[in-house]
Amino acid sequence: MRVYLDNNATTIVDPHVFAEMEPYFVQKYGNPNSLHSFASETHPALKTAMEKIYAGIHAPKEDSVVITSCATESNNWVLKSIYFEQILTGKKNHIVVSEVEHPSVIATARWIESMGCKVTYLPINHEGLIEPEKLREVITDKTALVSIMWANNETGAIFPVYEIGEICREFDVPFHTDAVQAIGKIPVDVQALNVDYMTFSAHKFHGPKGVGALYIKKGRELTPCFHGGSQMGGYRSGTLNVPGIVGMGKAMEAAVDALDFEMHDIREMRDDFEDELLKIEDTFVVTPREKRTPNTTLISFRGIEGEAMLWDLNRAGIAASTGSACASEDLEANSVMEAIGAAEDLAHTAIRFSLSRYTTEEELEYTLEVVKKAVERLRGISSSYAYAPEGHESGLDAHH
Amino acid sequence: MGFDSLIGGTIWDEYSQKVQDLMNNPKNMGEITQEEAEAMGTKLIVADFGAESCGDAVRLYWAVDPKTDIIKESKFKSFGCGTAIASSDTMAELCKGKTVDEAVKITNIDVEKAMRDEPDTPAVPPQKMHCSVMAYDVIKKAAAQYKGVDMESFEEEVIVCECARVSLSTLREVIRLNDLTTVEQITDYTKAGAFCKSCIRPGGHEEKDIYLVDLLEEYEKEKMAKAADASSAGADVPFKDMTIVQKIKAVDKVIDDNIRQMLIMDGGDMEILDIKENGENIDIYIRYLGACSGCASSSTGTLFAIENILKEKLDPNIRVLPI
Repeated sequence: MRVYLDNNATTIVDPHVFAEMEPYFVQKYGNPNSLHSFASETHPALKTAMEKIYAGIHAPKEDSVVITSCATESNNWVLKSIYFEQILTGKKNHIVVSEVEHPSVIATARWIESMGCKVTYLPINHEGLIEPEKLREVITDKTALVSIMWANNETGAIFPVYEIGEICREFDVPFHTDAVQAIGKIPVDVQALNVDYMTFSAHKFHGPKGVGALYIKKGRELTPCFHGGSQMGGYRSGTLNVPGIVGMGKAMEAAVDALDFEMHDIREMRDDFEDELLKIEDTFVVTPREKRTPNTTLISFRGIEGEAMLWDLNRAGIAASTGSACASEDLEANSVMEAIGAAEDLAHTAIRFSLSRYTTEEELEYTLEVVKKAVERLRGISSSYAYAPEGHESGLDAHH
Repeated sequence: MGFDSLIGGTIWDEYSQKVQDLMNNPKNMGEITQEEAEAMGTKLIVADFGAESCGDAVRLYWAVDPKTDIIKESKFKSFGCGTAIASSDTMAELCKGKTVDEAVKITNIDVEKAMRDEPDTPAVPPQKMHCSVMAYDVIKKAAAQYKGVDMESFEEEVIVCECARVSLSTLREVIRLNDLTTVEQITDYTKAGAFCKSCIRPGGHEEKDIYLVDLLEEYEKEKMAKAADASSAGADVPFKDMTIVQKIKAVDKVIDDNIRQMLIMDGGDMEILDIKENGENIDIYIRYLGACSGCASSSTGTLFAIENILKEKLDPNIRVLPI
């Protein structure tokens, strides 16, 4: 059996989405900006797709939802545009991000910092959550942008974006949120949030890879992302990704339709699964369930290094993820577990299971059995549970 | 950069078959109890290295024959990823049948080589070389415990890059001989920094006493000191015979060393506008900046202090004229 529980990384494309995209490869392949019927036959589908995308996030027509190639592009664009317009010109000298943003925000913020701008990395608390009051302590009238994600990819923690937005408005500072992990999992309404910029990406909600978007509120215009032939209202030139946009539209519609299912059924499945996992001795979950996206469980198995656990899961056909340093190319631990700072010895033991509407009860039952076996085997190898003769002073607690 | 760096792969693809097999079925995984050791007529040594909070930890068990110092049995338990488990297992295997003194000579490189499928293909990707270092360290710890000595006594020299086992003295020598200025060059010459990268600069996977960037900085400073010595030889030229550029530099240096800090602390600064010979006198025209420009003492106390120090250091005929 193969089980995919890494839906915060990417998702299966909904077959209905794929079907909707298909005609725009071989049959209706025209460039939408040309003057002939090959072009114009793409227009109705593009218009419908854009309407679905607008509706999905409750964007008013006067605002812009610019289709990009991915969330990384959207995040880079917002931060760099703000840098060019506000920082480089000397109008402002400060931006605020959280310390657990996606690398596309953190790495861009670090680059901006290297160019001489002050950057505040807001910490998360022991539950993995941002405290809005921390923002109030650092925000000033020289702050050019606050960029805080809506939901965290690792823990699923839902950040208090409404309160954060409130504080930003008080200081008239533009507010950007990376909503990649929010769309399709919790209600997203840009008007209710009153956000200025919002990033999202189709492949996180059963759409195709290579299609992202940036919502831009009217009056918060940005320097164009790509200069060129004036597509996307001049914001992002480049021939439109017709099948991609069509796919994102259909995926957004499906995500909205499935939101109730996500919020209730998937949540229930996740909760039951998590309950069972927590019955295994020495397991820990950090962020309280009600403050998490409904599909995500980040759970630590004491004494088992994350990559070792992934190894055993993968041998049994199960896909999950770990923020453990050992599993990364550069040996750098994912910041979330370290940032929580609760139990240091658990920093390398966290495994993330992220469900989707395609996850079945049967798959979760199978996963549970595999996890139990893996825990038994790996704790059998682990020094954390190893024998020591009487009087042996353990040398495993100290740092080396 | 280039083709191989563009798409990336999974680190698991780079594990040798031996590493994978050991991860799935470690052979020497287990414990030796006090009773078991005694039954063999051996002394039990239990050594720990690493910490869960650092991502890897190992406990090594040795049953050592006290008469011959031979390690009769060797087992391990390990908290770590697949390569850490496989490395620990290989290390435990390599210890068997050796005397404690022989075991201490096993390095992380021996452990890695023993896990290769092909002699020329590394058993693990570069960033995982680090896991075998822990296997090496725990042997030293066990041996130290057996002999009742300090672990450091087995290390003849300071190792900067543990993965590639490159010593401080080797690095210092190679940097100087080849006039190296970048970390990439050091890696090309010595392999130091090619693996887990902890030794390159602070902030890596593991904290170090000295980093490659420190060694480069040390050499850079050494070169600058030499250059300064060479140029200060030119300072034998009397101040009045210097070119205008040399004069301005000399004055600036005296100001920097003696005066500027004081001015900055008071929120001010000064700049040199011109230096002209006026008969006997050498007139230095300066301009006060910031808070100094309006300060009363800028034409009295401060000015005398500047003039006196320049007279003392450079030429008794100097006059300082603020504009």
